Amino acid sequence: MCTMIAEKVQIAGSGKARDRWFPIAQTYVSYDHPFHLQREHALNLDFVNEALGTGARVAVELTPDDARALATTILRLLDEGAQAEAGRA
Amino acid sequence: MTDTRAYEGLIAETVTVQGDGGDRIYAYLARPLGAGPFPAMLLLHHIPGWDEWYKETARRYAHHGYVTICPDLYCRDGHGEPEDVAARVRAEGGAPDDRVVGDADGCIAFLRSLPYVTGKVGVMGTCSGGRHSFLVGCRSSEGVDAVVDCWGGNVVTPPDKLTERQPVAPIDYTADLAAPLLGLFGENDFSPTPEQVAEHEAALQREGKDYEFHMYPDAGHGFFYYHYPQAYAAEAAVDGWEKIWDFLARKLDG
Repeated sequence: MCTMIAEKVQIAGSGKARDRWFPIAQTYVSYDHPFHLQREHALNLDFVNEALGTGARVAVELTPDDARALATTILRLLDEGAQAEAGRA
Repeated sequence: MTDTRAYEGLIAETVTVQGDGGDRIYAYLARPLGAGPFPAMLLLHHIPGWDEWYKETARRYAHHGYVTICPDLYCRDGHGEPEDVAARVRAEGGAPDDRVVGDADGCIAFLRSLPYVTGKVGVMGTCSGGRHSFLVGCRSSEGVDAVVDCWGGNVVTPPDKLTERQPVAPIDYTADLAAPLLGLFGENDFSPTPEQVAEHEAALQREGKDYEFHMYPDAGHGFFYYHYPQAYAAEAAVDGWEKIWDFLARKLDG
């Protein structure tokens, strides 16, 4: 643990890993050493289900700039989705 | 020196040892063949877990004449691919310091019980393992004879970064360091920064400890890791390994 910047968030969703879908129960969010991305630190997301074993994991490692851009895009699309649904109501 | 006429052999395998609290944990044991007696090394793995690099490093130490054990410090946290287990441990805040020291003590006692070990034991680790190696050098009840800290981060820890699992900054144990220390660091590292390394060095000087630190320019974090091209710094890695062999020969051999 070199940066010690890590949190676990309880969520509910679905993820696909190793040719199978599984229910996601937790997400690990960290700014720390990535396992694969070639840089010292990255924004790491691990979508997991702890009850299903360590292999139930979808891992994503992003550069800080890309992570921020992605977060902004997600929030913008969520707003658009909410407006679209409100328009139908 | 290698003599081309000399017989060589080593054996490497998974074993179980008694770790902290008497728990049985997995460890990788690599040793030269022969009656010995050989000095011994304890390897404490980094945050990416009990992975291939550490097992390969254990075999490298065995090739250089050290009976070497590398425990799975995440053995209680799950099994599977090392990085899947490591991701879980990272989210929990890393391995608890007390548990790591207890596991290290179990491994040191195991090494000293072996008939082919001299009794001299060193400890080495990289990244979080470097930090843990320093902690073991200060807190082990079994005691070690040499400590190699490779770019251990968070030896200097701000108070707001202390946690239940890592409740004390390792630098605060400096007065208790009971073995000579070799430290290898990169000038471009963010954890530890050169300023943090200097702070640690000042504490070692204040306490009159036997240590040698080497700071490599043009090297960052993890400069031994040839499997991470962005981290690997060939010149620093070659020199760093030479410094390790030289240090251990002076502290553990003979």
